[in-house]
Amino acid sequence: MNNVHDKKRANKSLPFFFKDEFKVFFVIIFFSTILLISTFTFDKVPPILNRGIQPATFPKGLLVLIMFLTTIIYYLSFKNPWKKEKKLPKPFFLTILSFILFVIISKTLDFFLAISVLSIFVSYNWGEKRVFYLVLVGIIFPLVVFIFFEMILGLRFPPGIITNLYYY
Amino acid sequence: MMAPLFSSKLLIVLLFGTLFGLILGVLPGLGPTTGGALILPFTMTLDPLSAIVLLTSIYCAGTYGGAITAVLINTPGTPAAAATCLDGYPLAQKGEAGRALGMATVSSTVGGIFSVIVLVFFAPVLAKLAYEFGQPEYFALAIFGLTMLASIGEGSPIKNLIAGAFGILISTIGKDFMTSIDRFTYGINELSVGIGFIPVVVGLFAISEMLTQSTLLDQVFKRVALKAVKLPSIDDYKKTWKTILRSSGIGSFIGVLPAEGGTVASLIGYSEAKRFSKEPEEFGKGSIEGIAGAEAANNAATGGAMVPTLALGIPGSATTAVILTGLIIHGVRPGPDLFREQPDFLYGIFGAMLIANVLFFIFGFFGAKLFARITLVPNKILWPMIFAVSVCGTYSLSQSIIDVWIMLFFGVLGFFMRRFGFSVVPVIIGLILGELVEGTLRQSLVIFDGNWLMFLTRPIALTFFILSFIALAFPLLRSKKQKK
Repeated sequence: MNNVHDKKRANKSLPFFFKDEFKVFFVIIFFSTILLISTFTFDKVPPILNRGIQPATFPKGLLVLIMFLTTIIYYLSFKNPWKKEKKLPKPFFLTILSFILFVIISKTLDFFLAISVLSIFVSYNWGEKRVFYLVLVGIIFPLVVFIFFEMILGLRFPPGIITNLYYY
Repeated sequence: MMAPLFSSKLLIVLLFGTLFGLILGVLPGLGPTTGGALILPFTMTLDPLSAIVLLTSIYCAGTYGGAITAVLINTPGTPAAAATCLDGYPLAQKGEAGRALGMATVSSTVGGIFSVIVLVFFAPVLAKLAYEFGQPEYFALAIFGLTMLASIGEGSPIKNLIAGAFGILISTIGKDFMTSIDRFTYGINELSVGIGFIPVVVGLFAISEMLTQSTLLDQVFKRVALKAVKLPSIDDYKKTWKTILRSSGIGSFIGVLPAEGGTVASLIGYSEAKRFSKEPEEFGKGSIEGIAGAEAANNAATGGAMVPTLALGIPGSATTAVILTGLIIHGVRPGPDLFREQPDFLYGIFGAMLIANVLFFIFGFFGAKLFARITLVPNKILWPMIFAVSVCGTYSLSQSIIDVWIMLFFGVLGFFMRRFGFSVVPVIIGLILGELVEGTLRQSLVIFDGNWLMFLTRPIALTFFILSFIALAFPLLRSKKQKK
């Protein structure tokens, strides 16, 4: 209980723009505003084809509702500050980095290779140093999944430097 | 009721689904929702009944499986088993893990079977009632579903509402289904068909959980030894039968309401068990009634949550949203017509849920020790494997690499949502209800010639709006009462 109070106090002493409450409020309002502006670029249907409301009206209403509710939670956070979250550890950022690597490799080189690289990268950075287990998660298991999807579901994976070896 | 199930193929599917559900339930972070979403692409090779039997058996067994880890390692395998930890683990620490798991198994089975009976009798009645529904009533019902989710779901009601509205907003991406005008596509062709359900579900549940696990690598589980699961004694039965029945009723009722049934049901079932108990001081220290109250309620919510899913096409929980997607991709449209046109299909589902409850009793009773060992698979091995299955499963549905990137995006988004107290369940429900909400609203306005006040002239719609208002006011009144 005391810890929670300490955490709350710690959050209270920060300048407002460093607080989680403000960051969340800012991000939601910022993206909602951009989306709201983009709704004004949607095509309009002529009145004769219009069924009830214009296609942009419903998303506009939702975005206004989201912004309104976000303002309420930010206002309420002055009374009840959120508890300060722990700092994110290094493996978290490495996992995010592995996602970025996955996107780059799957786009430029090979889908299967991207899965293998991510699996080995994540497993290694989460503490697995034994080669057999790295090979298991990075090569053997993705290969089993790949063949299973290909043979049972008749799935065709996107072409790439390794996948092409299998198909041709 | 059982006739459609008397085929070896369906029984094998049922057996596999129950085993797979138990494994998913046992593993903290996974669960029937994520597991159902991961297995959804595989169901494309099955006929519709087999596919739904597989998903429902995963749902029933996965909900029970969470109790095994709750009792043995004080970590709920699924959120619905959180209340089971409160007494299950202390009882296990006293050297009575077998007794705790025995009670969890029996009460889960009774709760599950009770809820199937509720489903069999109540769903057709609700479906019959739904014949009276027009577009305005369906709109009001969907709004009621979303407000219920906000008010009795986990966490802050306002944050739940924001998440629900965000889910509906995602459903508007792509071509407008009434006028074919592009919305939020920004010239990206792949977005014009909209955002699929599977990339969002797998991202919000599996990938965000993978990121959560990356922050918990130093966590050490203390496992309590288990010799064998013991059936409850006569004394235990005498002590708990009323609690089990009460919690089964509570769970079934909460399950019918469109919200994250199991978790809320188990908490209410647990607190009611404590309120009615002759030994409330024992709760939290290893009370057998506490385990019975929580477990009967969370499994009773499974059948309850299937009632609105099958009768109205409105999911009663996140897992039933996955089941609903399974129904839709197999060309089965839930609602009153399903009850009239395909009774065999429905009885197949009812029968499968009944058998799944019996099967997880048998597997749980004889195999809990073995299932508990699954938690020994380290995260550094398990999660990269889950990632591989998530990626291939997401890719397989429309063979689009964009879907995989969308999954990753929602994984990161889901992680931060959960970190800042936003539940991801309303996003899923919002996404699945989005088209219904917008479609019925726009069609109603066509019927009403653009006059919004006409909604108030429809008695059923008005009732749902009043209930929605009460649902929204309820948390406010509750917090005021608590302050007093």
